[in-house]
Amino acid sequence: MSKTLVIAEISGGRLKKTTLSAINFARAAALPFDILALGKSIGAAVEDLRAYGAGSVLVGDDALFANYVGEAFTPTVADVAKKGGYTVVVVTASSFGKDLSPRVAARLGAGVAPDISRVENQNGALVYKRPMYAGNAIGVMQVTTPVQVVSVRQSEFSPAAPSGGASAVSAVAASPAPNAARVQFVSFEEVKSERPELTEARTVVAGGRSLKSSENFKGVLEPLVDAFGAAMGASRAAVDAGYVPNDLQVGQTGKVVAPQLYVAVGISGAIQHLAGMKNSKVIVAINKDAEAPIFQVADFGLVADLFKAVPELTDAVKRARADG
Amino acid sequence: MKILVSLKRTADPDNANKVKVAPGGAKIVTDGLEPKVNPFDEYAVETALRLVENGKTRIAGDTVVVASFGPKEAATNIRQSLAMGADSGLLFTTDDDSLDGDLVARALAKVVEAQKPDLVILGKQAVDGDSNQVAQVLAETLGWPSATFAMSVNLSADKKTVTVGREVDGGVVKLTLTLPAVISVDLRIVGAKAVTNNVTPAAFAYNDGPRFAPLPMIIKAKTKPIAEAPLASLGVDTGLKVRYTGFELPAARKAGIKVKDVADLVERLRTDAKAL
Repeated sequence: MSKTLVIAEISGGRLKKTTLSAINFARAAALPFDILALGKSIGAAVEDLRAYGAGSVLVGDDALFANYVGEAFTPTVADVAKKGGYTVVVVTASSFGKDLSPRVAARLGAGVAPDISRVENQNGALVYKRPMYAGNAIGVMQVTTPVQVVSVRQSEFSPAAPSGGASAVSAVAASPAPNAARVQFVSFEEVKSERPELTEARTVVAGGRSLKSSENFKGVLEPLVDAFGAAMGASRAAVDAGYVPNDLQVGQTGKVVAPQLYVAVGISGAIQHLAGMKNSKVIVAINKDAEAPIFQVADFGLVADLFKAVPELTDAVKRARADG
Repeated sequence: MKILVSLKRTADPDNANKVKVAPGGAKIVTDGLEPKVNPFDEYAVETALRLVENGKTRIAGDTVVVASFGPKEAATNIRQSLAMGADSGLLFTTDDDSLDGDLVARALAKVVEAQKPDLVILGKQAVDGDSNQVAQVLAETLGWPSATFAMSVNLSADKKTVTVGREVDGGVVKLTLTLPAVISVDLRIVGAKAVTNNVTPAAFAYNDGPRFAPLPMIIKAKTKPIAEAPLASLGVDTGLKVRYTGFELPAARKAGIKVKDVADLVERLRTDAKAL
């Protein structure tokens, strides 16, 4: 039986919801698992982690882990995996997991199944599916090394619910991290937002280059975002044009989302954007170009000037939601 | 200052919806798609060039070397980066199908040992395999400090450190790395002032995006050297750690309907989709 180590993602002392997708991977593959939590003063996050049915929660509480730096985390993750005899190491493919997983694999001499959308346990052999070519092809693959490192796509693995019980907790020591001495953590400039997280929101309203300016993102799009109580997203073109930070980018090279409702405003629907949102449950597109490719994936398309349609829609949504 | 950039030849990502799967799912077929430089690798070349020039003039003694792994035809794509301004190319030939991110990273580590660059700059991911791992595995293999997903790079005046702004969920993390180091670049790295080297005047602003090669540079690039050798000549274990057993096309999404106005849209969201 494969022994699985789930790597928790913790930021500012709090457990990130991304972790719950990696836990669900272990459940989907019917693998018993332990959880490794690294950080500094992370007692509350560890308490949260005990409720998911892990055999044990291994805790590395050390100043070395105060902020995520790959060179600081990798030796400890690899050593815990090695000493514990884990054959599967899994993390969610957030920016944390994407950075960490190949490093750990390199240290363990392990192969990586990156950003997978499915796992099947075929009599103990793990078979993965993963989107490639901006989601235009799906690769079916296996890792052939004794230890496998896996990163899972958050939008394809729903967050695990607590299963009750309280996992045992044990401490692990921080391994020496000589390479970390040549990496100095300077700062984390956090983008504060009252809105839900893009990858976790039930509704996402995203804007494209047709919004024409960052002022219009604020003045035209944001009221609609907030009328829906949604997270805000953007196309790569809008990020390239400097209207919004890259943090909001939805697409092949940005975030992959699959909300209940995705509203694409002034987004033409380039291939790399579709890669990030086409698994949304309901897709609405507003664009004045009736030939825009976004309409090929939209459930409801409105051919209209966004500068007229969006304020109208904002008012209508506010009224509809007020009516309950 | 010597910078090594790695570059992958990929099928035109703007037409990735035209990829096909061979009968039986044996392989992905990209026939008819123009082979292009992976966009993030083009950004890596642009980043390297901005670090070794004073706005427009090359800093004496600084060099940019571009390495690629793949078929002989990838020389064309290396040549495109030489036309942008890189100085020389290295091509290690093999079939694309015998490569993966782990092997490329271990092969690159051998190239680094031979070339002894101060910095290695890579794209954060190739837009075909979408694996996002070469920089991380390379840094770990070399034992070099690294920063992935860079949206800004500032080279110190003494050229001993770089401060890198990393695009991460929820914001930007800044790290200062002691050279030699590995950097993978993200989208915003080609912004007007994203790359600074304490030589280029502070007031200087680049055009957004990677530079276009002007005709004289394209002609000049024809005389720049590209050294070609088989991948095996690097003495790297060419075994792969993963095996692809098949490929599928994703389920197609059905196109929906066009609504006539905002009121119609709201009504359908409320009744048909129950999304309001």
